Amino acid sequence: MAETVGNLCRKMHGGEGFDTLTLDLFSRAPSPAPCSYSKPAKRPRVDGAVTMGKDEDRQNPFDFLSEEILFLILDRLESEPLSKKSFSLVCRSFYTAESCHRRELTPLRSGLLPAALARYPSVEKVDLSLCPTVTDTVLFSVGNCLRSSLRSIDLSRSKGFSHAGIESVVENCANLVEMNLSNATDLSDAAAAAIGRARNLERLWLARCKLVTDMGIGCIAVGCQKLKLLCLKWCLGISDLGVALVAVKCKQLRNLNLSFTLVTGAGLEVVLQLPYLEDLALVGCLCIDDGSLLSLKHECKSLQVLNLSNSQPINHAGLSSLLNITVGLRQLNMAYCCMVTHSLTSSFRKLAKLQSVKLDGCEVTTAGLKTIANACVSLTELSLRKCSGVTDDGLSSIVMKNKGLTNLDITCCGNITDLSLANITSSCTSLITLQMESCTLVSKEGFRLIGQHCHLLEHLDLTDNELDDEGLKAFSGCHKLSILKIGICLKISDEGLIHIAKNCPKLRELDLYRSAGVKDAGIRAIAHGCPQLQITNLAYCTWITDASLRALSKCSDLNTLEIRGCPQVSSAGVIAIAVGCPKLTKLDIKKCYYVNDAAMLILARFSRNLHQINLSYCSITNVGLLALASVGCLQNMTILHLKGLTPNGLAAALLACGGLTKVKLNSSFKPLIPRPLLEHVEERGCVFQWIDKPFQVPFSSLVQETCT
Amino acid sequence: MDSKRMPIFEASSSGGDQSRNLNQNHQVDVSNSIDICFDARSEQSLIKFSSNLDHNSSDQSYQTPQFKMNLDPRAMLNNLDFLEQKIHQIRDIVRSTLNNKGRISTQSNEFAVQQQLINTDLTSIIIQLISTAGTLLPSMKNVLANGGSSVGQIPSIPDSASDLGLVGTSQQKLDLVSEGTELSEYEELIKGLGEWDDEGIKSMPADDNDVKDSGDGVSGENLPPGSYEVLQLEKEEILAPHTHFCTICGKGFKRDANLRMHMRGHGDEYKSPSALSKPQKEASSEPVLLKRYSCPFVGCKRNREHKNFLPLKTILCVKNHYKRSHCDKSYICRKCNNKKFSVMADLKTHEKHCGSDKWLCSCGTTFSRKDKLFGHIALFQGHTPALPMDEIKGQGTSDQGHSCEVTTKMEETNDLFSDNAIGVTNVSDFGNAEDDYGFFSMNIDSFNFGGIDGFQ
Repeated sequence: MAETVGNLCRKMHGGEGFDTLTLDLFSRAPSPAPCSYSKPAKRPRVDGAVTMGKDEDRQNPFDFLSEEILFLILDRLESEPLSKKSFSLVCRSFYTAESCHRRELTPLRSGLLPAALARYPSVEKVDLSLCPTVTDTVLFSVGNCLRSSLRSIDLSRSKGFSHAGIESVVENCANLVEMNLSNATDLSDAAAAAIGRARNLERLWLARCKLVTDMGIGCIAVGCQKLKLLCLKWCLGISDLGVALVAVKCKQLRNLNLSFTLVTGAGLEVVLQLPYLEDLALVGCLCIDDGSLLSLKHECKSLQVLNLSNSQPINHAGLSSLLNITVGLRQLNMAYCCMVTHSLTSSFRKLAKLQSVKLDGCEVTTAGLKTIANACVSLTELSLRKCSGVTDDGLSSIVMKNKGLTNLDITCCGNITDLSLANITSSCTSLITLQMESCTLVSKEGFRLIGQHCHLLEHLDLTDNELDDEGLKAFSGCHKLSILKIGICLKISDEGLIHIAKNCPKLRELDLYRSAGVKDAGIRAIAHGCPQLQITNLAYCTWITDASLRALSKCSDLNTLEIRGCPQVSSAGVIAIAVGCPKLTKLDIKKCYYVNDAAMLILARFSRNLHQINLSYCSITNVGLLALASVGCLQNMTILHLKGLTPNGLAAALLACGGLTKVKLNSSFKPLIPRPLLEHVEERGCVFQWIDKPFQVPFSSLVQETCT
Repeated sequence: MDSKRMPIFEASSSGGDQSRNLNQNHQVDVSNSIDICFDARSEQSLIKFSSNLDHNSSDQSYQTPQFKMNLDPRAMLNNLDFLEQKIHQIRDIVRSTLNNKGRISTQSNEFAVQQQLINTDLTSIIIQLISTAGTLLPSMKNVLANGGSSVGQIPSIPDSASDLGLVGTSQQKLDLVSEGTELSEYEELIKGLGEWDDEGIKSMPADDNDVKDSGDGVSGENLPPGSYEVLQLEKEEILAPHTHFCTICGKGFKRDANLRMHMRGHGDEYKSPSALSKPQKEASSEPVLLKRYSCPFVGCKRNREHKNFLPLKTILCVKNHYKRSHCDKSYICRKCNNKKFSVMADLKTHEKHCGSDKWLCSCGTTFSRKDKLFGHIALFQGHTPALPMDEIKGQGTSDQGHSCEVTTKMEETNDLFSDNAIGVTNVSDFGNAEDDYGFFSMNIDSFNFGGIDGFQ
């Protein structure tokens, strides 16, 4: 027994994988020493069990496993929460081990937290982002229960707490390192002052904390001098003074986000003097203009990542001055910024280490692209998404020089042709990500070149293109492909999908949105050939039937399924998915007219992880909706045009579903549901969206005609 | 009219050309030093007067018996006689006008001249009457003296003599509206008075520079040590409430122009345009050596014994410097009961802004501007911006630690927050505005504020 365990441990330490763990724990071989790894202070409850159980037969054999081994087993189960749950149900010692092992807690509702905190004493990270309402009392209990073990707390999606709650957490948990208070729009400087007492804080997010002013951020800057990451996105109360004080006091800052703030060149100048600053985001900082950038003097060698997107006032003179002092830059994002001309890109010459350039949405000239090609030779990432003015000439010059390119985004570059594709595929054979949605001038021959040359591709987006089955067949060499988006490719059919299914076993995400040529045979092949499939979009693939869903139900990792507008799908298909895919979190069955209450009952029974569902136009009544309301995780519901739904049924469902955060409803229901009830649900953290769209006549009759 | 007093004045003004160092006038009696006339602006007149003192020290003692011995019954009798004499004079004048009125009514020009003479006579006699009557009362002088010593009250208590002078001139002006020839001169005089007033006010901000010890010009002037003449006033001279004194009656004035107005009452010879106009500097004729001043406090950087001597530029600088650096700060701010000043103007400047210091540091220091607070915090380790008390209290929590640091100082500064309602209400109004109008607009405001304050 001991040797078995020892071997097991060695195996685990060696990192060898094993699929099934079978231990002969029930053999009657006596073992004087339960385990060589056991500690002297082993679970006292086991000792109690020993004294209690007078005859050795009743002793639980699992007790012989030391805590250390149980922890090692639990480490292996980290990615599978359901298995961990099963593990904890084996026996008491397993239960305790699981309780002590868990480091992270993500409760669905803050009401569950007191019990959870009592069960898991050594939790380091509390993620409350699923709880719409977190009161100060909850935060008090978090602080009191976890004390110094708590290192990270996430309140980014929660409301209802004040600075008093934050203060209790900060005061009780001295080791707090990470705090996310984004979207706390009603937090004032008092809360910021409370945060300022967390001396060990290293990472802090305050996005959209609009009431925090310079005084508040001043308290944080003085108090939290170990800060390495600070996000002040949308903090409109903070001006140059606050930012400058942060830069003066928090010398350890690596990562600073000042996006959409009112910081000006004067503040930026102080920020750029931070000795270790690596990542600076200045998205939409409209107060930083050319003139203020020209006066920048102090060199910021440590800066590696700079995001200047949406900063309209910056022009080539200012940018040149800024790039002059940030010579160590590796990533530069200038999306939606200014026109990319020769004079602008010539300043890239100083950036010898530049690896990534993003020019999304900019107006680009061929001369500008050629200058980039001359200036940069070690690019690995280039994004020209939605750029106007990208020509074959310009793009080719860049890809010919940068043969190491791994990520290329040329979405909506409508002017490029097969010539560019030939140059891309011949020089950049190590491409991993290629996104080229809506490149309408590229012919089907061009797409064939991709598959023939770029075998390392993992992420491919060819939505809305001339791609055909031959092109898909060419991808048979891309064995690593994991994300494939081929929506609105009207020329592809089952034949192409079968090639993909045969050659891309690692496929995790498949998007076939409105690729109307796809039928059951293709989907069946995919479901068979790609068992790791997690996300599938089959919306408006009108030929899809229950057979496809039954096939997909074999992909047990499936978590997102969109079958919107597939009128031939019925309850049977949805039931198969519900039973076969327990990890399902998002389901869109809008306009699947034949899905009825039966599917909902089974879904409610099996898909306990469902977060989001769209039920519009289905044949679901009060019964189905009420059943669905019992799914505790459910947060987001869209319920439009359900014929069988009455106001009372809807009210009952809303009341029963405690975790709702967003519900889309037909505006005709608004006067029919009692106002106090709506207010009560809103108080729990739910947002109602009242939609006033007219009922669209289902064209199922049309579909049926074509079927026959 | 006292014709015999005129030569004295003349003599004093004739002796004024020789510029002499004040420090050589050691023989000046300390009791007399109060009589020394200091002109805030022109050093010329100072020298004039000091030399004047030397020359006519015997005259001086004879001329101002009523001033020095105001409790002496003999002097009082003298004064009463003087008054009687004056009243007779007025009676005569009025009578003569009555007689003349009928006769010269047709010759308007001649009559007007006559009328003007009578008027000036009348006003000067009345002024003399009042001033002499004033000296009769011993308490009156004390009041004036007290008022003088506490410089702060001077602006609020109108100087009776100067007021009268002004009234007199304006009356004359009204009478002389028809008169073309002399009108311009009088107007100039009135304008000149106004200028004096203006300069008196303007000099306040300039004084502030003195406090910082840099704005005195001389440090920036870089005058070579030999190129200017160094004068040093004694402590008593500096602290004297009045700097201009009437040589006849001894009355003190703060301003030269007021003295000139006053002098008209002593006789016709003081009414000539040249006597009434501002004394001109005859700098153009001969090169005048620059004058700079030394502080009498030994060891001070402004004292000429100091090895890095920084001279003071004007007498006003000397006065302000001496009060600020070497005198007790006797003026306490009535708002905060904390800040003390030795110069009244400084107190007024402070009181204007006191209480608007809403930017508070954890060390208890308050700032009127946010950028100043942030500069302070950036400079010192461990200092934190302190939120206004009502913001924390309003949200109903015990904000320990933080507020403790604040309250210690708060107790010291006594009613900085409770008494000073302005500051508190401002802050709370601010908060309300945020609630009402949403945070966006409000934040734009605060940004602008910061922008203006901070980095421009």
